Amino acid sequence: MRRFQGRKMNPTYFHPGQIKFYLYLIPICLFMGLPIIFIFFHAFKPLDELFAFPPRFFVINPTLINFRNLFERTSVTGIPMSRYLFNSLLASAIMVLLSLLIGSMAAFALSKLKFKFKSLLFEINTIALMFVGIAVMVPRYLVIQNVGLLDSFFAHIVPLLAIPVGLFLLKQFIDQVPDQLIEAARIDGASDLYIYWKVILPLIKPALATVAILAFQTIWNNVETSNLYVNTDSKKTLAFYMATLTTQTGNTVAGQGMAAASSLIIFLPNLILFIIMQSKVMDTMSHSGIK
Amino acid sequence: MMTKSKSRSWLFVVPYVLLFITFIIIPIVAALYLSLTYFNLVNFPSWLALSNYIRLLTNDPEFMTYVLPNTIKFALIVGPGGYMLGFFLAWSLSQVTPKARTIMAIVIYSPSLTAGVAMAVLWRIIFAGDQSGYLNAFLLNLSLIQEPIQWLQSPEHLMNIMIIVSLWSSMGVGFLAMLAGILNIDQELYEAAYIDGMKSRFQEIFYITIPSMKPQMLFGAVMAIVNTFNVGGIGVALSGTNPTPQYAGQLIVNHIEDYGFIRFEMGYAAAISVVLLVIVYFFSRLSWRLFGERRHSK
Repeated sequence: MRRFQGRKMNPTYFHPGQIKFYLYLIPICLFMGLPIIFIFFHAFKPLDELFAFPPRFFVINPTLINFRNLFERTSVTGIPMSRYLFNSLLASAIMVLLSLLIGSMAAFALSKLKFKFKSLLFEINTIALMFVGIAVMVPRYLVIQNVGLLDSFFAHIVPLLAIPVGLFLLKQFIDQVPDQLIEAARIDGASDLYIYWKVILPLIKPALATVAILAFQTIWNNVETSNLYVNTDSKKTLAFYMATLTTQTGNTVAGQGMAAASSLIIFLPNLILFIIMQSKVMDTMSHSGIK
Repeated sequence: MMTKSKSRSWLFVVPYVLLFITFIIIPIVAALYLSLTYFNLVNFPSWLALSNYIRLLTNDPEFMTYVLPNTIKFALIVGPGGYMLGFFLAWSLSQVTPKARTIMAIVIYSPSLTAGVAMAVLWRIIFAGDQSGYLNAFLLNLSLIQEPIQWLQSPEHLMNIMIIVSLWSSMGVGFLAMLAGILNIDQELYEAAYIDGMKSRFQEIFYITIPSMKPQMLFGAVMAIVNTFNVGGIGVALSGTNPTPQYAGQLIVNHIEDYGFIRFEMGYAAAISVVLLVIVYFFSRLSWRLFGERRHSK
């Protein structure tokens, strides 16, 4: 049994037997983290350090000049960066709210209500987990055109609102809510809508947080929509603008600093959201299995 | 007899189902139909039957000599490779104390937040082809190379860089699910197995860990497959051209974009899409066979 204690999974205290894991986990973490630390340093480098030879990893005299350049610069068509940032923020906010509402409503019904084709619907959704959206970019273009979303701001949001993984995670999480709770509410005369809003939603906050992160990432990092489905520059998003920075400026002096600064702006919200909600995400993930 | 509340239950799923049908089901069906036609966005699609597929298999030299082999190589390394790496890292993390684990899990997960294509800017700076590129300067400094290397423009390096970058950013939701799965396994199972004479960690993994978390293993596998094909645009993003230099980093997703949005041969592009969907479906079925607990219809 002593051997077992030394090898225990999820150990509560440090044991010398764990050192071997650190021996390779720490180098791996360094490899994983280096490019991200690099973004941080690069974004704060002044011009002479961005193009110093030999190039240096660390920043010596950090400056905000790249961020200032980024905010002052306008695109070739005269659209300021703040417009792209605004578009991204607005699209992400609408996306998160709507996809949570739509997804949790459907998940509630799939988990706790009875209706025709319920299990078929869940089966199809489970198969759709493996749907690779990018594969159908051509027909998707035609659908977006036909529903009148082409070149509209909502082209960023509407086609991505149904998130099979999101519905899946929410449904698995709602399955954990005891049926007695819902029966009790029903005996008290609560309607399905009331149960959904007052009983289910407060109980599934961890899953809602997780799906919110997923939904946010989908839009915040999305370049395809701006590339393929939106023509008007003023309706495009920050991720797209960032991708054009180095191509438009031909990787020149100013372009690189701004690209690094905007990478940081794109990356940080993702990271901060995840760090804040990581325990909720892990909680949700423990119910994520496909049975 | 159905009660009133039951009969209205389906209203809850209506918004989701409508969006799901419009933006997931219809595009798939449309891809199937268009793949059997010639369509250039201007004229009405004209029926071609199977000739797009025949052309793809017999008369598209780029597809057969570059795109398909590239895709298979990339998918095999990034898919199963990234998946096994994800399981291994999750398992290793479960062996250390919670605080250290949380920090390292965040570090390992965070690259997946950078979402391949958008972050290509960063990689272009690191892999810049002149001597002031970060990797070049580093290697020149160590005298490992004599001349700066055109990392992203040279066919022999592009694919490897794509694989490294994709593996780096592949520890996403699936990785987290597997970590959560491992941590949730009942400790008594291990205890009992050790009393019964289990000796090594290897036995532990294959007799206890994996069988106890099959559902998470399957979820992780499906996420790994989807991620592999979703990051397929990375080669074009890194090299900045479609097609990539000498088709070295051309993957099936780029081929679709090339025909669909550059040459406007939508019918042909749709045929390639269908082939891609079939490949994804095949891989997913395989994972289902490995880890599924009961058979899913279709």
